[in-house]
Amino acid sequence: MFLVFLRSAIRLSTTFLFGSTGETITERAGHLNLGIPGIMCLGAAGACVGEEAYLKGLSDMSQANGFAIVLIGILCAMCFAGAGGLLYAFLTITLRSNQNVSGLAITTFGAGITNFIMPQVDKTGFTTIISKAFTAYAPGADGAGWFSDLFLTYGCLVYIAIVLAILVAGFIKRSKQGLSLRAVGENPAAADAVGINVIKYKYVACVVGAGIAGLGGLFFIFDYLGGNWEYTIEALGWLSIALVIFSIWRPNIGIAGSLIFAAFYILPSYVNVEFQYRELIKMVPYVVTIVVLIATSLLRKKELQPPASLGVPYFREER
Amino acid sequence: MASSKIKFELPFHITKRTDIPGWKAWLFRGGAIVIAFILTAIVSTILTKGGMGGFFKEMFVGTMGTANKALKLLNGWAMLLMLGLALVPAFKMKFWNIGAEGQTLMGALASVVVIKEWGKVLPEEVLIILMLLFSLVFGAIWGLIPAIFKAIWNTNETLFTLMMNYIAIQMVLFAINIWAPNGSGTIGILKYGSFSGAFGMNYIINIVLVTIVTAILFVYIKYSKHGYEINVVGESVNTAKYIGINVKSVIIRTMVLSGALCGLAGWFLVGGSPTPTINSTLVAGRGFTAILVAWIGQLNPFIMMGSAFLVIFMQTGAAQVATTYHIGSSSAYSGIVVGLFFVILIAAEFLVNYNVVFKVHKHKKVEKAATPTGEKAGEEPTKEDEKIITEEQFEEELESIGTRYFERTITKSKNFEGNDTFTPQKEEVPIEETVEEINEEKVDK
Repeated sequence: MFLVFLRSAIRLSTTFLFGSTGETITERAGHLNLGIPGIMCLGAAGACVGEEAYLKGLSDMSQANGFAIVLIGILCAMCFAGAGGLLYAFLTITLRSNQNVSGLAITTFGAGITNFIMPQVDKTGFTTIISKAFTAYAPGADGAGWFSDLFLTYGCLVYIAIVLAILVAGFIKRSKQGLSLRAVGENPAAADAVGINVIKYKYVACVVGAGIAGLGGLFFIFDYLGGNWEYTIEALGWLSIALVIFSIWRPNIGIAGSLIFAAFYILPSYVNVEFQYRELIKMVPYVVTIVVLIATSLLRKKELQPPASLGVPYFREER
Repeated sequence: MASSKIKFELPFHITKRTDIPGWKAWLFRGGAIVIAFILTAIVSTILTKGGMGGFFKEMFVGTMGTANKALKLLNGWAMLLMLGLALVPAFKMKFWNIGAEGQTLMGALASVVVIKEWGKVLPEEVLIILMLLFSLVFGAIWGLIPAIFKAIWNTNETLFTLMMNYIAIQMVLFAINIWAPNGSGTIGILKYGSFSGAFGMNYIINIVLVTIVTAILFVYIKYSKHGYEINVVGESVNTAKYIGINVKSVIIRTMVLSGALCGLAGWFLVGGSPTPTINSTLVAGRGFTAILVAWIGQLNPFIMMGSAFLVIFMQTGAAQVATTYHIGSSSAYSGIVVGLFFVILIAAEFLVNYNVVFKVHKHKKVEKAATPTGEKAGEEPTKEDEKIITEEQFEEELESIGTRYFERTITKSKNFEGNDTFTPQKEEVPIEETVEEINEEKVDK
């Protein structure tokens, strides 16, 4: 029972992890993208459109190649979500709109498009069939002891998410570009003065961050729900934004954080409490996030603070 | 040379403007609304079988064809406006309260608690007033919590209020589970506490009261001392401190007001409905849409009346089109339409706040001037320019335009510093160029 619970938590955590890793990159560039829920939806919609086009080109469903399905899913999800990120970037960077307002507009727009496209495209219910390609794991891993059950029996996206989180954390902390990215998020005017192309960094961060977040939507629909798109991704998107705070803007901490969030999210269906109190358990991730938020503001430690220019538009002429 | 590193330069640059005439600003906004509407019409025409005529028929007749529909639309308008109004004081203070959803839900929950507890024993009038008080207090508390942390420890309010939304949703789900111990997840329609049918018309109290609140809030923001303090804190916290405003108390006071107004909206949503009930989707995303309504409405309660109406009209109309012609679910289609509408309007706001100046042929001239023969090349256009603009006029122009051109002149003069020696001739060249550009701008306009 505990093993089943843990496996389920690890799987769900992938959605949060993709979302928060993407949002972390964006926030490190000083952009609080509240469009992430909509962008995650767009990722799922993009994958759906891509798969439909791929399957249409085949004469028979059985000819479909599992590897190709996963690859197309990832690429299309990133493209659609990246397009959403580009729209957000254009509004907030070039047009200098308010970030909260632009983000919320993108969320409305993205969720609307997704809820509109998915039923139109997936009339034959192919998503449930191809989701097997996403959940496929190495043969023989199943039933070979608790270790392989717990660590080896997931679809490839779970591992991609963890590797990506570690890579992004390393990139932000150690690389030259990562340092520039942090500089842009902390003080864009200073970054501009030392010759960093602030606009370019902001654009790339918004688009790449959105692309990664889109994979969260792809994973949730095609892997976690097994192709059943009748659930809303938006609530998970908001939790992903919360997770960024919880992980104090570090994707490697986000790996543990996403697991904790996912565990609390599914806990009510596994513990033996009266059903009245299940909703209270679901409250825990939100309360914990608030506690972390308050703690970081109380400690006033420089490393724990949000990027200093988070939410502030940068206009070079205005100093 | 540093300039050789820059391969690509945008053919325009962007400057901030504060002096746009009112009619021009509204021309841009009106144009954006028309464009959004036309785009919606085109998309709908392509997707549906009804054609353009069918779209317009559904848009107008479907939303306000009958008295009942019109009242429903007006109630939707009132609710959206109410939430937008609740956000105005907070946003004026630059306190990003995106927790209107949760604050409203808590207000609604308070009303339902009162109905459940005292519905049977109290007379209807007393019950409704008690509901109002509870709703105001619950909403205010939900706004107060993030405000305290913001005021004292500067905790990020955007994320705090966002999380409070979800805690409110869970609270409602928890309360429903307590009231419906069979696990059905719904409490059904409440028998008491509805004031919707007063004066023989559904929702009429909601609509009238929200209109009154709009006027009161306008006066409060614009003419009261509180409103002034909110504005100063929003513009600059340091200025506020300097002139002796207690910033902490202003933040807390304003958020209590914002939360209480959301609570009021919750009271409307429960008591003002002919079928009072509560579920976790009672507010239905209005808390987020209201942020956009308030923003589009320039945080001015009267303009927001218009923006709220446009949004609710597009939303209801699109839902109607989707239902009639079976294109996806109604909420999905209205989401697309409203999302598109907002994106276009947000983009239009850019044209109001910023000026795009195109630099025609600018690139060629700089290159010409930078070559050794630049002096001659630079002189030629000068004579032509003098025909259009005299030096005196130019001086005036330069002063009136201020630092923007001055800065550009400095950056450009860097191109000519390659020789280390600094001669008066070379200094003149960039200024002449500026003259050219001013003239070009005039031609453009």
